[in-house]
Amino acid sequence: MKQIEEELNKRILVLDGAMGTMLQQYQFEEADFRGERFADFPVALKGNNDLLSLTQPEAIKEIHRKYLEAGADIIETNTFSGTSIAMADYRMENLVYELNFESAKLAREVVDEFNVKTPEKLRFVAGSIGPTNRTASLSPDVNRPEFRAVTFSELKTAYKEQVEALLDGGVNILLVETIFDTLNAKAALFAIEEVKEARHLEIPVMVSGTITDASGRTLSGQTVEAFLISVSHIPLLSVGFNCALGAEQLRPYMKRLARDTQFYTSAHPNAGLPNAFGAYDQSPEEMQYLIEEYLKEGLVNIIGGCCGTNPEHIKAIADVVKKYEPRQNGVVI
Amino acid sequence: MNRRGKYLTLSGLEPLIVTPESNFINVGERTNVTGSRKFLRLIKEERFEEALEIARDQVEGGAQIIDVNMDEGMLDGVEAMTTFLNLIASEPDIARVPVMIDSSKWEIIEAGLQVVQGKCVVNSISLKEGEEEFIRQAKLIKRYGAAVIVMAFDEKGQADTYERRIEICKRSYDVLANTVGFSAQDIIFDPNIFPVATGMEEHRKNAVDFFRATKWIRENLAHANVSGGVSNVSFSFRGNNAVREAMHSAFLYHAIQNGMNMGIVNPTMLEVYDDIPKDLLEHVEDVLLDRRDDATERLLDFAEKVKGNKKESDNGIQQWRTQDLQERITHALVKGIDAFIIEDVKEARLAVNRPIEVIEGHLMKGMNVVGDLFGSGKMFLPQVVKSARVMKKAVAYLQPFIEEEKDQNTKASGKILMATVKGDVHDIGKNIVSVVLGCNNYEIVDLGVMVPPEKIIEAAQKEQVDVIGLSGLITPSLDEMVYLSKELERKNLEIPLLIGGATTSKAHTAVKIAPNYKGSVVHVNDASRAVTVVGDLLQGNNATYKQQIRDEYETFREKFLQRSKRKEYISLDKARNNKLKIDWPQSKIFKPNQLGIEVITDFDLKQLENYIDWTPFFRSWDLHGKFPEILKDEVVGLQASELFEDAQQMLKTVLKDKKLVGKAVFGLFEANSVNDDDIQVSVSSQSNEFTFLTLRQQLKKRAGVPNLALADFIAPKETGLQDYIGCFCVTAGFGTAELAKEFEAQNDDYSSIMIKALADRLAEAFAEYLHQKIRSDYWGYAANEKLSNEELISEQYKGIRPAPGYPACPDHLEKDTLWELLQVEENIGVTLTESKAMWPAASVSGYYFANEKARYFGLGKIGKDQLEAYAKRRNISLEEANKWLSSNLAD
Repeated sequence: MKQIEEELNKRILVLDGAMGTMLQQYQFEEADFRGERFADFPVALKGNNDLLSLTQPEAIKEIHRKYLEAGADIIETNTFSGTSIAMADYRMENLVYELNFESAKLAREVVDEFNVKTPEKLRFVAGSIGPTNRTASLSPDVNRPEFRAVTFSELKTAYKEQVEALLDGGVNILLVETIFDTLNAKAALFAIEEVKEARHLEIPVMVSGTITDASGRTLSGQTVEAFLISVSHIPLLSVGFNCALGAEQLRPYMKRLARDTQFYTSAHPNAGLPNAFGAYDQSPEEMQYLIEEYLKEGLVNIIGGCCGTNPEHIKAIADVVKKYEPRQNGVVI
Repeated sequence: MNRRGKYLTLSGLEPLIVTPESNFINVGERTNVTGSRKFLRLIKEERFEEALEIARDQVEGGAQIIDVNMDEGMLDGVEAMTTFLNLIASEPDIARVPVMIDSSKWEIIEAGLQVVQGKCVVNSISLKEGEEEFIRQAKLIKRYGAAVIVMAFDEKGQADTYERRIEICKRSYDVLANTVGFSAQDIIFDPNIFPVATGMEEHRKNAVDFFRATKWIRENLAHANVSGGVSNVSFSFRGNNAVREAMHSAFLYHAIQNGMNMGIVNPTMLEVYDDIPKDLLEHVEDVLLDRRDDATERLLDFAEKVKGNKKESDNGIQQWRTQDLQERITHALVKGIDAFIIEDVKEARLAVNRPIEVIEGHLMKGMNVVGDLFGSGKMFLPQVVKSARVMKKAVAYLQPFIEEEKDQNTKASGKILMATVKGDVHDIGKNIVSVVLGCNNYEIVDLGVMVPPEKIIEAAQKEQVDVIGLSGLITPSLDEMVYLSKELERKNLEIPLLIGGATTSKAHTAVKIAPNYKGSVVHVNDASRAVTVVGDLLQGNNATYKQQIRDEYETFREKFLQRSKRKEYISLDKARNNKLKIDWPQSKIFKPNQLGIEVITDFDLKQLENYIDWTPFFRSWDLHGKFPEILKDEVVGLQASELFEDAQQMLKTVLKDKKLVGKAVFGLFEANSVNDDDIQVSVSSQSNEFTFLTLRQQLKKRAGVPNLALADFIAPKETGLQDYIGCFCVTAGFGTAELAKEFEAQNDDYSSIMIKALADRLAEAFAEYLHQKIRSDYWGYAANEKLSNEELISEQYKGIRPAPGYPACPDHLEKDTLWELLQVEENIGVTLTESKAMWPAASVSGYYFANEKARYFGLGKIGKDQLEAYAKRRNISLEEANKWLSSNLAD
């Protein structure tokens, strides 16, 4: 944990931007997703972005590279949906280990390239751990509020598999992100703790929730403060928010979070709010302006982008970040 | 945590932080099968809704944590705990507080820990089974993220003296802190509250020992908390609520004095300490504090006298039940309370002619309130889900009456398939629409959430549905809908498609979905509209309606594409080819009466009073509406009128005392457009030439619509015709800053803002005034123009006066050219900041174009090619050009 904490004490670290937005530019079709290896796979695979780490590794590496060139200090692995639960849609439960391991390796390779070139500026790989497509504390069936489509144990098992593979692939950080149901995140943290204990290992963990709408709550209904309390039981590297909102809408919630936690804080907002077509059109300059407000107020230690952001956004953020000191976080408990 | 310090922090949907300043934390005790027979019966009979009412009562009655206990031999404790906690999770009114998972069985505790998202409290663990098991459980609790109650209990048994209590608590604390690494503030000790006044000698010190142990824990075990089950203390007075309530209050009073900071209390079984009759209090405290040998006998005798003279108050919470029918129904929907909905709906049914009217009237009214609250962020998703459930219940009750009313022979009016698309779990909207359509005699085939497209199509064909309804809330769902529409087309189907959900829009539906599919596609975003749309789609002769829909979307699509942000752009060359082509030889070019530069340095602003456009003035005060109607506006009228009066007052003084100074410089020059987009200006008195650079629209236009640049309004050099252009800068701002400062010095921000807002208006009015003078005199091309102020404001005159930095020419750098050409700074003292803002702020500058074809337009976005060309023309780096025009660049 040392290295990254040392860096965090010195400066604000920049997280990369969206993977999906970048992948869209390649306009991969079904055949590209399949590659040779999955040519005869029984279900449609287009849209399974995580799979591209196996079938289009060069594209993934190219994207990582672009973000590093833009100035990102932390690269997220292409593993947002890398659990057996999320992969069930594609009947790829059995590939979960490989997907995570290979994705971590891709990111590792690219980051190492850069670290060799400029060892004075260390970059890190964060293993991205998404929320899965099921919620442990909400019922998908309005008529059966007691019903749950997934249990804590199932989530824990799935997350554990992902975590093991990410660690084997060489990540420096685990990033539990886009949390809309805190119980899912708690299962992920539980799994991480089990792996840490079994391997006698310390690994920094970042936690990033998602405030879904104007009510200022997570999808599962928690306020900023309640969310923070619910994930603060294990030592985290950072806690923050990402997705759903743009930097502007997220700011009040980041303020409340930053005020209340002694962990480092992170934010990777979307490039504004989606337009009528679900696309994001906030420019790098606009986003930079909004992020600068965060910096002026000292709200973050780690800052990056989520949906709709690209290397230009990250570059704009990396440029402005240099002018500011990192957020001073509270004294340890 | 910064603010948290080392305090116990818990959470449900909302935080609970136990600081020294917090009052005593009440834990609700009635959702406990061991303590409440009623609750046990409800759980056994699986009457969960009523069981939830008990939990809700607790929270509404002030419980800050609710204790849930399912330890009963006849119950499957794991299942009961899981089910009930899951149910609580979908009741935001209850789930806002943290839960206390109460069981003596570890597997029930663990089941509870696995379903609670917030930081809850485990009640309890102890050293009863030895240190090893204690450590194992504590470690897991820590990993699940909960706080813990530790009972004063060890291998030898339960602590029943002061010494045993502190011995066990100390040992437990040390193990937790040293071996487990448990945060001290997350430890809550329960040093055992035992009954007093039992008649047994060894129970006499039960309360006193608890108080002493509590004090010791708080003083010696840093950051630990103390809790307990208060009702135990009055066990021997069961049946005598008056005495019990007094005992609870007195016990709490002393326990809190000694440091107990939370406890399991039934708030409805609690007397206010100060309201306990003095004699009763004395008897009770004698017992609790063990003050007399005969304390117990005396209290028993006294108890006989006060027995049962107090009726449990029917909690004031239920006050809403006394409101009128609509309010009750709305309340039930908003709060998601279904306990009374049937009786209320029944009452409503009896009051109307047809049962369907209850749905369309009472219930929809309530749901509209829900919708509004949700839209404005005052309700959140789980609450809306609950509202839908109450709604459904009400509709289910009404269903048979609606059926009965129908002709026996009538079949369902149609079959509707409803689905939330693949990858999306949100179905409230879909469910509401389903419910409402169901109420209107349509058969609903609900495929649920995350439905893959193949399944939708398969079901649609198998069930021979008449309409497919798709719903989605997250943005990727939009693509799913697009995909499905293409698949439907591929399968050659024509089943009408309804599109709904929070991120969907008419625009997206019209542009991205409807064109893919020959069947009808309609965007429906509220349930009430769904009924009309489906009705129209399924009527006997629906060809006309379907065509109407198609046309409507066609038109909408076209309109939208013209203003949509995602537009198609053409190259600069193509745009130039599509410039506005004025038939120059036929066009009237009017030579100005007076060429050259003119300066006005002491303009009497009084002349401008009638030229002021007041609407933006109100807007700057956040009062929205058109002047003068705004003065009579229902909402803001009063405020607007007051403001207007103050403004008039200030304006009068300022104009009378000439506190503001008006200055202007303008010039009329020979000019021709060159190289498509540039305007070359020659000033006879100066040898050098000036070039205005204009920018050209690059948005792809419909056939016949030109891609404009301001240069189009000036005759090109190659026509050989001499054309003209004008430029100006006016200000009403000198004096404003000084006045504002004066006001601020008097702490009169209102006036300070007012003077600035007025100066802005005066500058605009000045520009309008001067433009008129230009048209009628200096240039003179419209000498006979007679326009009212309204007509001026709505720009019903010939010629334009666009300003750099505004939509037609967003390039602020043009101001540099203007300043040089008119010698603005030298002539009237208005300067430019480094970002080309004018100082004083109340200034306006721009060009005059006189051609009758000249009109205002917005440049919109331009392409990289134009940016590059522009940088060259301006002779600046691409980077700098990018900086100035960034907001006008297309992606």
